[in-house]
Amino acid sequence: MEIFFQQVVSGLATGGIYGSVALALVMIYQATDVVNYAQGEMAMFSTYIAWTLINAGVPYWWAFFGTLVISFVGGVLLERVIIRPVESAPILTIVIVCIGLLVILNSVAGWIYSYIQKPFPSPFPPKPIMLGTVVFGAHDLGAIGVTLVVLALLYAFFRFTTLGLAMRAAAQNPVSSRLCGIRVGWMLAIGWGLAAMVGAVAGMMVAPIVFLDPNMMAGILIYAFASATLGGFTSPGGAVVGGLIVGVIENLVGTYVHFIGTELKLTVALALILIVLVFKPSGLFGRATIHRV
Amino acid sequence: MTPRARAVGVAAALAVALVLPLFVSNFRLFQFTQVGVYAIALLGLNVLTGYNGQISLGHGAFYALGAYTTAIMIDRWDVPYPLTIIAAGVLCLVAGFLFGIPALRLEGLYLALATFALALAIPQILKYFEHWTGGSQGIVLSKPNAPWGLKLSPDQWLYFVTLGVLVALFVLARNLLAGRTGRAIVAIRDNPIAAQAMGVNTALYKSLTFGVSAAYTGVAGGLSALVIAFVAPDAFNVFLSITLLVGIVIGGLASISGALFGALFIQFVPNWAQDISKAAPWAIYGVFLILFMYVMPRGIAGALRLALARAGRRGTGTRA
Repeated sequence: MEIFFQQVVSGLATGGIYGSVALALVMIYQATDVVNYAQGEMAMFSTYIAWTLINAGVPYWWAFFGTLVISFVGGVLLERVIIRPVESAPILTIVIVCIGLLVILNSVAGWIYSYIQKPFPSPFPPKPIMLGTVVFGAHDLGAIGVTLVVLALLYAFFRFTTLGLAMRAAAQNPVSSRLCGIRVGWMLAIGWGLAAMVGAVAGMMVAPIVFLDPNMMAGILIYAFASATLGGFTSPGGAVVGGLIVGVIENLVGTYVHFIGTELKLTVALALILIVLVFKPSGLFGRATIHRV
Repeated sequence: MTPRARAVGVAAALAVALVLPLFVSNFRLFQFTQVGVYAIALLGLNVLTGYNGQISLGHGAFYALGAYTTAIMIDRWDVPYPLTIIAAGVLCLVAGFLFGIPALRLEGLYLALATFALALAIPQILKYFEHWTGGSQGIVLSKPNAPWGLKLSPDQWLYFVTLGVLVALFVLARNLLAGRTGRAIVAIRDNPIAAQAMGVNTALYKSLTFGVSAAYTGVAGGLSALVIAFVAPDAFNVFLSITLLVGIVIGGLASISGALFGALFIQFVPNWAQDISKAAPWAIYGVFLILFMYVMPRGIAGALRLALARAGRRGTGTRA
C-alpha cells in the first residue's frame, strides 16, 4: 500500500507538470483556435531566459517575474510577426508555420546555449516533506501549487475582467466582436502572450526536475497533448486534471503491470487517449462543439 | 491548366526521370529514389488529408508497418521482394481501413491528435516485439540485383523499380479521384452532411479512403526498406509523420503533382539548410518552411496553378 501511495504521489508530481503545459496549450487553443505545436519550445526558450537572468545574479523571484514579462512580450511579438501573415490561411498552413517556429526555437537555443544539460534552481527548499511513510518532494508540491495558482488567476482573468471577456468574445465570434469594437487581432496576440507566460511558468517548474536543455520539452509536450485531450481541449481546468490523471496512470501502470514495465509506458498513455477519444471525443470535461447546418 | 499543358508537363517530367540515371552519381540517384518513395507516401497522405479532409499526423506508422512487412518477409521467409511490396500495401490497406473506423468519430484537431498518438507509439511497439523486429538493432537487408541480365547497378535498378511503382500508383490515384469515387471523397471534405443527403455512404467512403491512403504509404514504406536496405525503430519516429505532413502542405493540398514537389522539398531542403549553416541547420529549415508558407499558402502546386492561370488569361487577353 505504501508503494501505491508513493507512486500516486510521484505521479501527481509529474502530472502537475503535464497539466501546466497542457494548460498553456488549451489557452492558445481557446483564444485562437490553433493548436500551437511550438508551445513546448516557447516554454523551453523562456526557461533559458530565466537561466540567463539568474546566472547574471538576479534573485530568483525577480528573475521569475522578469521572465514572465519577457515571455508575454515575446508571445505577443511572435503572433504579430510570424502568425499574423497566415491568420486567414488554411488551418494546415498555420500548423506548418508553428512547426517551423518549433524547429527554429529549438535550433537557436541549441546554438546559443549548446545542447549540454544545465542545472536549474528550484525556489522551494530541497528538504522532502514526510506524511506518515509517504515522501513528498517540496519542489513537486510547490510546482503543483504554482500550477493551481496560475489556473485560478486565469479563471479570474477570463471570468471577471473586461479584457478577459473581450478575448472570449473574439475567439467565439470574431465578426460580431469586431462590430462591438473589440480589436480581434490584438486579442489573439494577447492570447499568445498569456500562453507564452503560462508556458514559461511550466518551463521554470519542469527545469529543476529534468534539467535544462533544448530538448527538455519534447517528451513533456507529448504528455501535455495527451492531458489536454483527456481533459478536453475546451476546458482549462480539465487540462490540469487530465495532466494529473495521465501522470498517475503512467506511474501506476509502469509499476504494477509487468509486461508493460517502463518500455511501453508511453504506449499505454496513448492507448488511453485513443479510448477516451473514441468514447468521449471532446474529452472528459470538454464541451462538444455543435455545428449549425 | 489546359489538358495540353498538363500532358506536356507530365511527358517532360517522365523524360527527365528516365534519363536521370545517366547523368547523376550513385549517391544522387539514391536521393532521387528516396524522392520517389516519399512522393508515393505523400500522395497517399494527400488523398486522405487533401482530398478527404481527414488530418493525419500518424502516417509514419503505416510507413513503418510497410517497411517492416517487407523487411521481415525477406529476412525470415526469403519471399521475393516484389511480393513483399504488394503484401505491405495489402496489410496497410486493412490496417488503415480498421483504424479509419474509430477515426470516423473524430474530426479535425481530435483526429490529428489520435493519429499523432499512433505515430508516437510506433518506435516503442517495434522495440517491444524484438523477436520479430530485431529490436533497436533493426534488420539489415541486401539490395536486390537487376534481373534479366540488365547492366544496372542495384541502386539504378531500385530507382527504376520505384519510378515504375510511382507512375502506376499516380495513374491509379488520378483515375480514382477523377471519377465518381473522387467526387464523393471531395464532397465529404467540403460538406459531409450534404454529401450524406446526396446518398454518399460517408462512413464507408471515409474508412475506405483511410485504407487506400495507408496502402500507398505502406507501399512507400516497403520500397524504402529495399532502397535503404535497413530498417530500425528510430527511423520511424514522430518526425517522419510530421515531415510527411510538411511535404503535402508545402507541395500543395489536394493536388497530385503536389506530392512530387513536396517530396523534393522534404528530401533536399534539409540538406541545403545544412550547407548554409552548420551551426543551426534546423533554424534555416524552419525559416524556409515559414517563408514557403508566406509566399505560397496553397503550396507549390497551388502557386503554379495560379501562375499558369494568370499567364493563360494574359495570353487570351492580348489575342482578343
